[in-house]
Amino acid sequence: MPRSDFQVVIGLEVHAQLLTTSKLFSGASTSFGGAPNAHTSIVCLGLPGVLPVLNQQAVELAIRAGLALECTVAERSEWSRKHYFYPDLPKGYQITQYEFPVCLGGRVTFDGADGEKSVRLTRIHMEEDAGKLVHEGSVSLVDLNRAGTPLLEIVSEPDLRSADDAVEYLKSLRDILVWIGVNDGNLEEGSFRCDANVSVMRHGSNTFGTRCELKNLNSFRFIKQAIEIEATRQVEIIESGGKVDQETRLFDPQRAETRSMRSKEDAHDYRYFPDPDLPPLLLSKDRIEGERAKQPELPRARRRRYVEALGLPAYDAGVLTADRAMSEFFERCLAEVGDAKQVSNWFMGELSRLLNESKSTISQVKFTPAQFGAVLKAVKDSVVSGPGAKELFADLFATGKEPSVIIQEKGLAQVNDDGPLLEAIAAAMAESPKNVESYRGGNTKIVGYFVGQVMKKVGGKGNPKRINELLVEKLKG
Amino acid sequence: MKLTEHQVQHVARLARLALTPDELSKYGAQLSAILDAVDALSQVDTSGVPPTSGVDTSELEARLRLGGSTPHLREDVVAGEVGAKAALANAPQVEGSSFAIPKVIE
Amino acid sequence: MIAALGKALAEKSTTSLETTTTALTAAKRDTFNAFLAIDEAGALAAAKASDERRARGATLGPLDGVPVALKDNILTEGVVTTAGSKMLANFTPPYDATVTARLKAAGAVILGKTNLDEFGMGSSTVNSAFKPTKNPFDATRTPGGSSGGSAAAVAAGIVAGALGTDTGGSIRQPAAFTGLVGLKPTYGRVSRAGVIAYASSLDQVGPMTRTVEDAALMLEAIEGFDAADSTSSDAKKTSWRESLRSGVKDLRIGLPREYFVDGMDPEIERSVRAAAKQLESLGASIVDLSLPHTKFALATYYVIAPCEASSNLGRYDGVRYGHRAADVKQLKELYERSRSEGFGSEVKRRIMLGTFALSSGYYDAYYRKAQQVRTLITRDFEQAFQNVDVVLSATSPVLPWKLDEKLDDPLAMYLMDVLTLPCNLAGLPGLSMPCGVSSSGLPIGVQLLGKRFDEATLLCTAQSLESALNLKQEVR
Repeated sequence: MPRSDFQVVIGLEVHAQLLTTSKLFSGASTSFGGAPNAHTSIVCLGLPGVLPVLNQQAVELAIRAGLALECTVAERSEWSRKHYFYPDLPKGYQITQYEFPVCLGGRVTFDGADGEKSVRLTRIHMEEDAGKLVHEGSVSLVDLNRAGTPLLEIVSEPDLRSADDAVEYLKSLRDILVWIGVNDGNLEEGSFRCDANVSVMRHGSNTFGTRCELKNLNSFRFIKQAIEIEATRQVEIIESGGKVDQETRLFDPQRAETRSMRSKEDAHDYRYFPDPDLPPLLLSKDRIEGERAKQPELPRARRRRYVEALGLPAYDAGVLTADRAMSEFFERCLAEVGDAKQVSNWFMGELSRLLNESKSTISQVKFTPAQFGAVLKAVKDSVVSGPGAKELFADLFATGKEPSVIIQEKGLAQVNDDGPLLEAIAAAMAESPKNVESYRGGNTKIVGYFVGQVMKKVGGKGNPKRINELLVEKLKG
Repeated sequence: MKLTEHQVQHVARLARLALTPDELSKYGAQLSAILDAVDALSQVDTSGVPPTSGVDTSELEARLRLGGSTPHLREDVVAGEVGAKAALANAPQVEGSSFAIPKVIE
Repeated sequence: MIAALGKALAEKSTTSLETTTTALTAAKRDTFNAFLAIDEAGALAAAKASDERRARGATLGPLDGVPVALKDNILTEGVVTTAGSKMLANFTPPYDATVTARLKAAGAVILGKTNLDEFGMGSSTVNSAFKPTKNPFDATRTPGGSSGGSAAAVAAGIVAGALGTDTGGSIRQPAAFTGLVGLKPTYGRVSRAGVIAYASSLDQVGPMTRTVEDAALMLEAIEGFDAADSTSSDAKKTSWRESLRSGVKDLRIGLPREYFVDGMDPEIERSVRAAAKQLESLGASIVDLSLPHTKFALATYYVIAPCEASSNLGRYDGVRYGHRAADVKQLKELYERSRSEGFGSEVKRRIMLGTFALSSGYYDAYYRKAQQVRTLITRDFEQAFQNVDVVLSATSPVLPWKLDEKLDDPLAMYLMDVLTLPCNLAGLPGLSMPCGVSSSGLPIGVQLLGKRFDEATLLCTAQSLESALNLKQEVR
């Protein structure tokens, strides 16, 4: 039976590191790097007698994520202990949320291969990360710098039906979390991690097959690859009359295979129970609603508005909302200028080019939206020429000086005054009577030659439109 | 309830305790006796009774209803790092600034 | 005694250095095995500093210069803290428990660390990995436990006061066995930060002293909200001493029927009822009371405490600190051998029990069920306290037993705690104080239980009874 008879079913568990300065239950820093165990406190070392104290910013971020993902934020959630022994887990248990998580339900919307799709979330909960174990020669080394770092675990329903959709779901989820400042979206450093629950079933079936949990998926490419490889493996087992075992499997990108992580030890029995060291997390309705009121417009909604209300091309809308800071700056510049298409052109063109060339980001930009507005106004009022405007903007980008000052310093102001232009026209005509004759003989194209001559005489600062008008008037005689 | 030797062995493994055969049978008998006594709890009608897991939160809940806040949250600031040297001061084995253990084979 | 010593220090009839030196000599002799560690250098330095403050007129308060001892599950920076376990025989804490820091800030001189049943698990101090403590009233008998070392150190007159911890009676029962006042505060009244956890939802630190006033003085020094303990309460502090002398007139005192158990020593029952009569003669009314779920307290406790203990003791794995078995070749061996060698048999028993009760398939029948019954036990008290201000009973149904008495039936041992456990399950304040002496010359303790955060009424009642009884109990 060919593969096409089967349908893959995917649910994803994402672990996203919350962007806090200190750990979930202690004041040790969450900063990446540093000598092993440099960023540890008595609490993250799991010393005798230590007690956890919850970081309020982690709570803030969890609420923010819950609201952005359309969850129900719980007024009462609870901390539990999850027990297992491993050298990177200092207390012999991880503090997590089990029976009563901070968020329930929710959804993530993304653009799939055949249109917009929505995946339901089961829940979101907070938990602390473990440390790191590295193997060196005859010993293993324990570094607890990461131990206690706050994580958000976002669990989806098994709503996904292709590896490509899984990747699009993750990209959309990551965009949202990064947009709202909850996570930095970095897969390589492990601050956005994903495990995939994969099973297969025959098309038309309502019964899910036995699932396997895939681990070690640290890039979007690996996620897609691992899901496809695993689905193929399961189909082959079923087609050859076998049964899929429910287990955890490790993806090996080098060998392009998944393999069982089942250890000879007993099956896990995590013995969850409510952590007696922590009172339940209580959030008032007011607090939750207050956060809801502060919610920013999310990237998908903003993109849609740019296309539908501002009339921007979908591509431009995508670029302008790819990054929260870029988008916010665009919004502020738009408020100064009012012409979305014009602002968008400058952002997509000159600004992108300058950012690329200077290898800088929007948050490092030296100019203000008001100054940007002043540049566009100078163009509109013909104070500067088209090429002059580009020069003006480049200088503004480099220095952040007031556009009016730059115009003066660089002498970028156009000559809009007729007096000097008429003088130059008279001179140019006097220098080239043959061409004047030619024009009057019907060769009107030659006006271009005169524009060039006049422009040369006024040092390139003439308003070309005005020169043209005056020339035509004079040449006609 | 009476625990089988297999159950006692399983619990010891979960708890990472290596028990001698003598200890296994001794603990087996003692735990069974204690659990028999504990089974008295099954006589109690607890339908609809919420569990108490520690801190009484009724006062905290009342405070929140009045627009107050709970006292048990920490500002997100770096404080109380002890540094690697102090972290490792009681360690049985150290390599560099890491805790060292026999190699873990996965 | 703290108050008396404070007076002597104030009148300059002694100095802290002199008192501390005497205490150190007695502690080093340690006839009753009360101490696991003596911090001679630290104590002498603290005493000198106290005397200097006094000379400058900058005395910190009633505890300034007073030698005290701490149960060895309370962390002391730079001074080995073992919890009575081989597991932590060489563990030097890098920080002070909040209660340690608060005693230091009050000027108290911390003389040393006292013996206990390993991790607080036991009621005899025989479960110490190091040595058994003896009762100063009769050195062939137990001082009780698990805070037996603190009890012996105070009863023997080595220190004026000590801190114990109480998870199911570990302050009150040894106080009863050694003729002391022992107070387990309301859960949340005193910070648990830096106190080696046995059962987190039940543990509380409290004073063990010769007088009620001394207990109040020590409580005042250690109580109050602590940002390092999320279960500590920011309930308002009370000035205990002011409430001390308000008397018991019109106070309603309840005697719970269920606490006068079968098998209770008749001398104890007589003594406790006499104490109630005494309070009645002072103007209190005695009320008959029922706490119907009392008979389930033991079962409830012996599910909840081992469950929490099995979890709290998971951190002792030989990786970062504590005992590591020699020559381990692989991870499983590292864990299993280190833990099996490091823990004593009572600790292992409770870890096994708790691990089982939390394991898959049994959680609802044991842990959840116990937490629900705990709610019912708490409600019993809430109901009772609608009609009474204080609940009065014996602290222990038995007198201190012989150290060599063969007690290898753990269940029989657990039954001894039956009168002290409900207080912890309900998070109430409980106090034990001497109310008489047996014909054999052993102290008898009466237990007073109060409403949550109403230590004031407890202390006031206790002090009225103390002065009315006017017991002269001295170690022979």
